Amino acid sequence: MLEWPLLSLLIWIPIAAAVAILAIGNRIESLVRPLALIATVVSLVLSIFLYVGFDNTTAAMQFVERMVWIEAFDIHYHLGIDGLSLPLILLTTLIGVLVVVGGWTIVDRPAYYMAAFLILQGLMVGVFSALDALLFYVFFEAMLVPMFLIIGIWGGPNRIYATIKFFLFTFFGSVFMLVGLIWLYLHGGSFAIADLHQLPIGLTAQIWLFLAFLIAFAVKVPMWPVHTWLPDAHVEAPTGGSVVLAAVMLKIGGYGLVRFSLPILPDAAAALDWLVIGLSLVAIVYIGFVALAQRDMKKLIAYSSISHMGFVTLGLFLAFAIARNTGEVSGAGLGISGAMVQMISHGFISGAMFLAVGVLYDRVHSRQIGDYGGVANTMPWFAMFAVLFFMANSGLPGTSGFVGEFMVIIAAFKANFWFAFLAGTTLILGAAYSLWLVKRVFYGNVANDAVAALSDLTRREWFLMVVLAAFVLGVGIWPFPLIEMMEASVQNLVEHIMQSKLS
Amino acid sequence: MSIETIILLIPLLPLAGCLVAGLFRHQIGRAGAHWVTIVAVALSFVFSAYIAWEVFFNDLPVLNYSVYTWAIADGLRFEIGFLIDSLTALMMVVVTFVSLMVHIYTIGYMADDDGYQRFFAYINLFTFAMLMLVMANNFLQLFFGWEAVGVVSYLLIGFWFKKDSAVRANLKAFLVNRVGDFGFLLGIAAVVMYFGSLDYYEVFGRVEQVEGQTISIFGATEWQLMTFICICLFIGAMGKSAQVPLHVWLPDSMEGPTPISALIHAATMVTAGIFMVARLSPMFEASVTALSFILVIGAITALFMGLIGIVQNDIKRVVAYSTLSQLGYMTVALGVSAYSVAIFHLMTHAFFKALLFLAAGSVIIALHHKQDMREMGGLAKYMPITTATAWLGSLALIGFPFFSGFYSKDLIIEAVKLAERPGVGFATFAVYAGVVVTALYSFRMLYLAFHGPTRMDEKTRSHAHESPLVVTIPLILLAIPSVVIGYFTVVPLLFGGVLADAIIVREANDVVARLAYKFDNGPFAFGLHGFVTPVFWLAMLGVGLATWIYLFQPHVADLVKARLLLVWKVLDRKYGFDELYQNVFAGGGLKLASGLSRGGDATVIDGWIVNGSARLIALWSGLLRNLQSGLLFHYAFAMIIGLVAIVASFVLLR
Repeated sequence: MLEWPLLSLLIWIPIAAAVAILAIGNRIESLVRPLALIATVVSLVLSIFLYVGFDNTTAAMQFVERMVWIEAFDIHYHLGIDGLSLPLILLTTLIGVLVVVGGWTIVDRPAYYMAAFLILQGLMVGVFSALDALLFYVFFEAMLVPMFLIIGIWGGPNRIYATIKFFLFTFFGSVFMLVGLIWLYLHGGSFAIADLHQLPIGLTAQIWLFLAFLIAFAVKVPMWPVHTWLPDAHVEAPTGGSVVLAAVMLKIGGYGLVRFSLPILPDAAAALDWLVIGLSLVAIVYIGFVALAQRDMKKLIAYSSISHMGFVTLGLFLAFAIARNTGEVSGAGLGISGAMVQMISHGFISGAMFLAVGVLYDRVHSRQIGDYGGVANTMPWFAMFAVLFFMANSGLPGTSGFVGEFMVIIAAFKANFWFAFLAGTTLILGAAYSLWLVKRVFYGNVANDAVAALSDLTRREWFLMVVLAAFVLGVGIWPFPLIEMMEASVQNLVEHIMQSKLS
Repeated sequence: MSIETIILLIPLLPLAGCLVAGLFRHQIGRAGAHWVTIVAVALSFVFSAYIAWEVFFNDLPVLNYSVYTWAIADGLRFEIGFLIDSLTALMMVVVTFVSLMVHIYTIGYMADDDGYQRFFAYINLFTFAMLMLVMANNFLQLFFGWEAVGVVSYLLIGFWFKKDSAVRANLKAFLVNRVGDFGFLLGIAAVVMYFGSLDYYEVFGRVEQVEGQTISIFGATEWQLMTFICICLFIGAMGKSAQVPLHVWLPDSMEGPTPISALIHAATMVTAGIFMVARLSPMFEASVTALSFILVIGAITALFMGLIGIVQNDIKRVVAYSTLSQLGYMTVALGVSAYSVAIFHLMTHAFFKALLFLAAGSVIIALHHKQDMREMGGLAKYMPITTATAWLGSLALIGFPFFSGFYSKDLIIEAVKLAERPGVGFATFAVYAGVVVTALYSFRMLYLAFHGPTRMDEKTRSHAHESPLVVTIPLILLAIPSVVIGYFTVVPLLFGGVLADAIIVREANDVVARLAYKFDNGPFAFGLHGFVTPVFWLAMLGVGLATWIYLFQPHVADLVKARLLLVWKVLDRKYGFDELYQNVFAGGGLKLASGLSRGGDATVIDGWIVNGSARLIALWSGLLRNLQSGLLFHYAFAMIIGLVAIVASFVLLR
C-alpha cells in the first residue's frame, strides 16, 4: 500500500474525474454527481491511508515522490508531506466530499460546477504537498482559475466585480513571490524547498524577499489591509465556493508563511516580526469591530474569518518575541501549533457557518440578517447546529475554536502582555458578533412569511451538519491526535528558525 | 465498581441524560425526558454522596489524577483530570442535590411548556458542566467548565427565545461574563508563563518560587506578579459571581424560567467564582493586595446590591438582588482569607436561596406567571406550604439564630472584624449595614406576597391554590438543610480541619482559627449567644421596619419614597450601570464598529486605495488613449506644438 504514489493519486484522481465529467457531463448528466462523489470519497479514503501510514515522530518529509520535470532549470515534480502539511491535506479531502454533497442540488451546469471543484481540490492538495518551489508556484497560481470560474459563473449579481478583485489581488501578490523565487534560484541554484531552507542569505536580501513573500501570502490569508477582496468574494460566491475559499484556500497563505517565509528567511522574520504581529493584532481587534457592523451574514462570517486568521499569523511569528522577552524558546512551538490548529479548526467552523447560511439562502434567497428572525421556531434542529457552530466561532471550550486561540493567547503572553491582551479581546468581540447574529436570525418571534414557511433540514443537510459538528466537537474535546501529528515538525521548525542564516 | 469509575460516572451520567433527552426528544416524549434526566441526576447525587461519605468519614485520601491527556504541545501538558478532596466533595453534593431538587420541581413548573424536553436536556447539561468545573484538577478544565456553565446559562436565560427581553438578557449575560473571562484567560496565560504548568498542585507547589517576582505592564511600573495574576483570575470570578461592576447580567437573567434561577443563578453557577478563589487559596494567600481588592469589591456588592432589593417589585428580582448581596458577603469572606467561611456560606446559601427562588416560583405558578408583588398579598391562606418554607428560607437568609444562614453570615462578620488589611474598615461597615438591608427586603417580600390584604384580581384569586407535590416536596426537602445544615456542619467544616486539605491559609491571615474559641461550648451555645449580639438586633431592626411599614402602615412606604425621591430614583435606576454600559460600551462599540466598517474598510481601503488605484489607472490610460486617437490632424497638431515648444525653449533659455 505504502508504495503507491498516494500524493500523486490525491492530486490527479480528482482532476482525472473532472476531465471525465467534462467529457460525458453534457450527454449523461445523471452520472455527474455520483462520479464527483466517488472521486472525492476515494480521495478521502486515500488521505486516511496517508494518515495511517504517517510517522509522527519525525520531521522528515514522507511519501516523497521525485521526478525531473524541466531539466534545464532543475525543476522537479517533487512531492512529500510533513506534520505541517498532512492536517491541511486531510482537511482538503474532507471538505471536498462535503462540497460535492452540498452542491448536489445545483441545477445550473452541474458538470462544470463539479469539475471546477474537483480540479480545485487536486490543485490544493498539490500546493500542500509540493516540495519544489516552482511546482508550488504553479499549483498556487493554477488554483485561481477554477475559483475564478466558480465565483464568476455561479456567483451572485455583483460577481464580475468580485472575481476581478479576487483575481487582481491574488495575482498582484503572487507576482512578487515569483520574482522572489527566481532570485532565490539565481542565488542558490535550486528550486527545491529543502535546499532553500539551508541557503545562507544576507539580511538585506532576506528583508526584500520576506516582503515579497509576505505580500503574496498576506493577500491569501488575508491580512489587514489587503483583506477587502475576501468579503466581496464570499458574498458573491456560491455556497460551495465560500466553503472551499474559507475552509481551505485561506490556509494556503498561512501554510506559505510556515513553509517559505519562516524557514527560508528566519533573520528577516525576526527583524520584521513586529510588522506581522502588528497587522495580526489589527486584524483581530479592528476586523472584530468591522464584523460587528455587518448586515449581510456572509460578510459577517468573512470578516470573522479575517479576524480568526489573525490568530494564525500572530501565532506563527511569536517565536522571536518570546525568545527576546524570556531568553528561551519555550512557548514558540505553542504559538506555531496553535496557529496550525486554528487553521484546521477554522476550516471546520467557517465551512459549517457558510453551509448554514447556504441552508437559509436556498430557502429564502436572502443573506441579509434583517430578512430573518425567529428561525428557531420553524427550524429547531438547524438552529441547534447553528448555535453550536457560532458558539464554536466565538471560541467556546469543548469546540475546536477554543484550542488554537487558547494556545496562541498563552504563547502571546510569553512574548508580551499586550499581545495577549489585544488578542484576548476576541473573547468579547467574537462572542458579540457571533451571538448577536444568532439572536437576530434565530431567536425572537417568526419575523415574516418567508421564515414561517421554512422547513427544517433535509437528510442531505443533516449529513453535512453532523459531520462538521463531529469534527468541531471532536477536535475541541480531544485535540491530542491533531497536535501530536504536527509536533515533531513544529519543534523542528522552531529549532530551524532560531538558527541565523547570516554567515 | 472502582472508585475512579464512580467518580467518572458522576459528571457523565447527566451528560448522557442530556444527549438522550435532547436528541431523542420526540422518541422518548415528555415523561421519558424527565425520567431519564432525573434518574441520571439522582444517580449522580447518590454517587456524590458516597464519595463525600468516603472523604469526610472514611478518610479517603485526596485523589488527584488525569482522566485523559487533552494535548501535549511544546512540552506543556494539557490534561483533563479530577481532584477529589473535601472541597470538591462538598461542592459535588451541593450541586447534585440542588440540581435534583430543581429537576423534580421542573416537572411541575414547566408542565405546560412546549420546550419541556429541551429544558430537561439543558439542566442536565448544566449539571455536567458544573461538575466538571468543581472536579477539575487543572486550569484548562476549570476554564472549560467555567465557559460551559456560561453557555448553558445563556441557553436557559433565553429558553423562551420568542421573548425579546429574554434573548436580550442572555446575550448580555454572555457578553458580560466574557469580559470577566477575558481577565481570567489572561490570568491563566500568566500562570502558564510563570509556573510552567496548568495543574493545580504543580502550580501551588511553585508559589514560593514565583512570589516576589514582578511584572511590568505599563512602562516601567513594576507590579507584584502574584497580585497581577490573582487580580486577573478574580476578574473572571467577578463576571461569573456577578460582583460590581460586572453584576449587571444577573438581575436580567431572571428572564429565564424560575427553576434555573434557583439552580444556576443562585445556588451553583454564580458561586463558581467563590469556589475558584477558595480552590486557588494557596495562590491568593500570596497577595494581600489582591485580597484587599477582593474585599472591597465584595463589600460594595454586599451593601449596594442589597439596597436595590428594597425597591424592587418583581418577586424574582428581589431574590436576585438578594443573591447579589449574599455573593458579596461570600466575596468579603474570601477577601479576609476566610475561604472556608465563604464556602460554608456558599453551601448554606445554596440551600436557602434555591428554596426562596423555588418558593417564588411556586407563587408564580399559582398566579399564572404574574411576578409583581403589588398584585399579590395574603397568599398564606391559599399556599400554606409555600408560605411556611418561604419563611424558613427568609429566616435563614437574615441570619436568625440557629438557622443555617445565621452561622455562616455571623462568622463572616466576625472574620471581617478580626482581619487586618486595607479595606477592612469599609467592609465592616458594609456587612453590618447589609444585615439591616437584608432583613428589610426579605420581610418586605414576605409581607407583600404572603400577608396583608389581597391585591390580586378576583379571577387570579379564585385560581390561587397550593402547588402540586412535585413542587412542594422539593421545597420541603430544601427547607430542612436551610434550617439545620449550619448547626450540624459549622464546627467540623470550619474548626475541625475538614477542609484543611483543600484550603490553605497562612498563619498570619488565619482569622478563622482565631474564631474557634467562640465554639468552645458548641454550636448551640453560639446560637444562644446570637440573640444578644448587635448583628441580631440590626436584623431585628430591619424586620421591625418591614413589619411596621408593610404590615401595618402601607402608606409609609409611599411617604418614604416621596421624601427620599432622589434616593429612590437612584436605587430604581440601579445606580445607572445599565444605562452607562448600554450607551458607552454597547452603543459606543456599535458606533465604532460601523465607523470602522464604513470609514476604514469601505472608504479608505476600498474606496481610496483599491478602487482608487483602479481609477487612477483608468484615468492615466484614458489620458494616454487620447494620444493614440488615430486621427492624422491630432498627430500633426501635437507635432507642431512640440516643435514650437522646443524652439521656444531654445530661444528662451539661451
